[in-house]
Amino acid sequence: MSPNIRIALRFLTAKKRSMLMSLSCIVLGVGLFIVTQATTSGFQGYFIKTILGTDGALRIQDRAQSTMQSITAGGYGSGFEIENRAGRKYIEGIDYPGQLIQTLRTFRNVSGVSEVLRGSNVTISSSFKDDIIQVYGINLADQLQVSDLQSQIVSGSLIDFRTDPGGALLGGEMAERLQLRVGDTFQLLTSGQIRRYKVAAIYETGVEDIDRVRLYLNMEEARSLLRRPTGASYIQVSLYDPDRADRDAGWMQEVLKYSVASWQHREQTWLQVFGALRISTAITVSVFTLIAGLAMFNTLLMIVLEKTKDIAILRSMGYTRRDISRIFLWQAGIVLGIGTIAGCVLGALVTFAVSQVPLEIRGIFATNKFIVTWSPWHYVVAVATAIVMVMAASLIPARRAARLEPGDIIRGTAQ
Amino acid sequence: MSSSAPDSEIALRCAGLHRSLGQGEGRVHVLRGVSFEARRGQVYAIVGPSGCGKSTLLYLLGLLDLPDQGEIWINGRLMSNTQDAERTAARGEHIGFVFQFHFLMLEFTALDNVMMPMRKLGRLSAAEMEARARHLLESVGLGNKTHRLGTQLSGGEQQRVAIARALANQPAIILADEPTGNLDVRNSSLVFDLLTRLAKENGQAVVLVTHNPDIASRCDFRRPMQDGLFV
Repeated sequence: MSPNIRIALRFLTAKKRSMLMSLSCIVLGVGLFIVTQATTSGFQGYFIKTILGTDGALRIQDRAQSTMQSITAGGYGSGFEIENRAGRKYIEGIDYPGQLIQTLRTFRNVSGVSEVLRGSNVTISSSFKDDIIQVYGINLADQLQVSDLQSQIVSGSLIDFRTDPGGALLGGEMAERLQLRVGDTFQLLTSGQIRRYKVAAIYETGVEDIDRVRLYLNMEEARSLLRRPTGASYIQVSLYDPDRADRDAGWMQEVLKYSVASWQHREQTWLQVFGALRISTAITVSVFTLIAGLAMFNTLLMIVLEKTKDIAILRSMGYTRRDISRIFLWQAGIVLGIGTIAGCVLGALVTFAVSQVPLEIRGIFATNKFIVTWSPWHYVVAVATAIVMVMAASLIPARRAARLEPGDIIRGTAQ
Repeated sequence: MSSSAPDSEIALRCAGLHRSLGQGEGRVHVLRGVSFEARRGQVYAIVGPSGCGKSTLLYLLGLLDLPDQGEIWINGRLMSNTQDAERTAARGEHIGFVFQFHFLMLEFTALDNVMMPMRKLGRLSAAEMEARARHLLESVGLGNKTHRLGTQLSGGEQQRVAIARALANQPAIILADEPTGNLDVRNSSLVFDLLTRLAKENGQAVVLVTHNPDIASRCDFRRPMQDGLFV
């Protein structure tokens, strides 16, 4: 063991209570940082999983058309010009989804493509009540590639939906409001038509706005009901790496000349809320680490003041200024090391305990317990924050100790 | 920059040392051109009234302080104008200190205190360091108290540990500032005898500052000081 570490270990015992205070703050700071990051990123992650599993990573829905930039009369430079800002307008819907899907499949990051036909303001009528909903026509096999519909089924069977042209998939909220169960029949009224369908299965995404209004029909049946034999309302795309959705959306928009919305763009409001929440909790919890730094600063400064004679004797024995500085930094480092390890253990234990807490959330996603994320980065960032704060706070006392002149101390004139 | 001392027997030499202490109007010219040399195996006593500059001279000779003017040679090497790192290394290798108030590190055992300069110098293995520290503590009569903390030793015992520690790296020079000033007559005599016997056995130059006329009279050389000069 290096003599500096040996001395640092002994000096640590000189201020046991103060050191324990610093240690406690580090443990709490690191532990709570991990817990808050695990919980906030847990909900954020679950929200992202929900939206990716419901609406996919990308949505292509409107054809882009460049707008007129300028009009000239009497030739260019004649002085009779009307200049407009360069721009583009979007024409709703996709006329030839087949061509677009073929092109989309050539993108390396694309893992699945599904065309969707949407009809709004459709009246659904059960024996219990009527409601206004949206009908979504899908090709089931394609839709299963771009969503988690399979795992979102809470009752009934997708096989019944696939094999029965009159089968429909209802959101859980919708089925509850209309008091419909699997096997029940209901009517859809739109464009002067009334057609009867059967509930093949009920799904639940957890997103209330979807589960209340979205009803899936097989594509051919939807085209017939909505009287739209060709085209699609939008194309839903899933990606191997959803984090690249923003960049892929930009490329696709350039190549396809269609508006392409990434999940980050579609859900930016919620994502910003989650981001702000994570940052604010991190800042709040970092106060503990800051207090740990201040406590360490205070403790080390007290040790420097109390150990001036020891510093003088060490200097007289050949210990350099750097040795003295290191002795104090080692003290901080030892407490920091113990504190961060204990903090990580505390963080992991509390995160596990929190993950067992029952908590029912419906609205933007569905969960029955607290959601946490286990990420090594939470531990790395928590430890890094503690290292930066505590070591920065320890530098001043360490440098002060190193600057002490042994002659001044022995003479009794050290400042 | 260094130069050789004229006599290889001289462990320590200074010439024309000036040093002022204090700030502004309170600044006092403590040393006024002191010159001195100490030979190996000899014991020197610097005596004089309080405030005459004895301790200030000792700290300058021990490279714990910097002179305003003048030169200091340690083992023939000019050290007065060197950087802090070189002076620190020279302290560790060539100089042993004994102070009036012992200055033991009280959280450490007697053995640890004696081993501390050796650990820094790093010339010996851990086992050799411990063996030497035990031998030194035996020499000062504390062989049975090696594992006692500083707080568990009497004043006389602490000073004996401090002597053992000063001898740990076999320095060429032992500087002692009132080594018996805080001890009773019996312990004073014991500590002085130890210091001089061990230093002479090892051929070390001992320079001690003392107010004790009995101790001073038992040294090989007695150098009285007054108003910052040897008289």
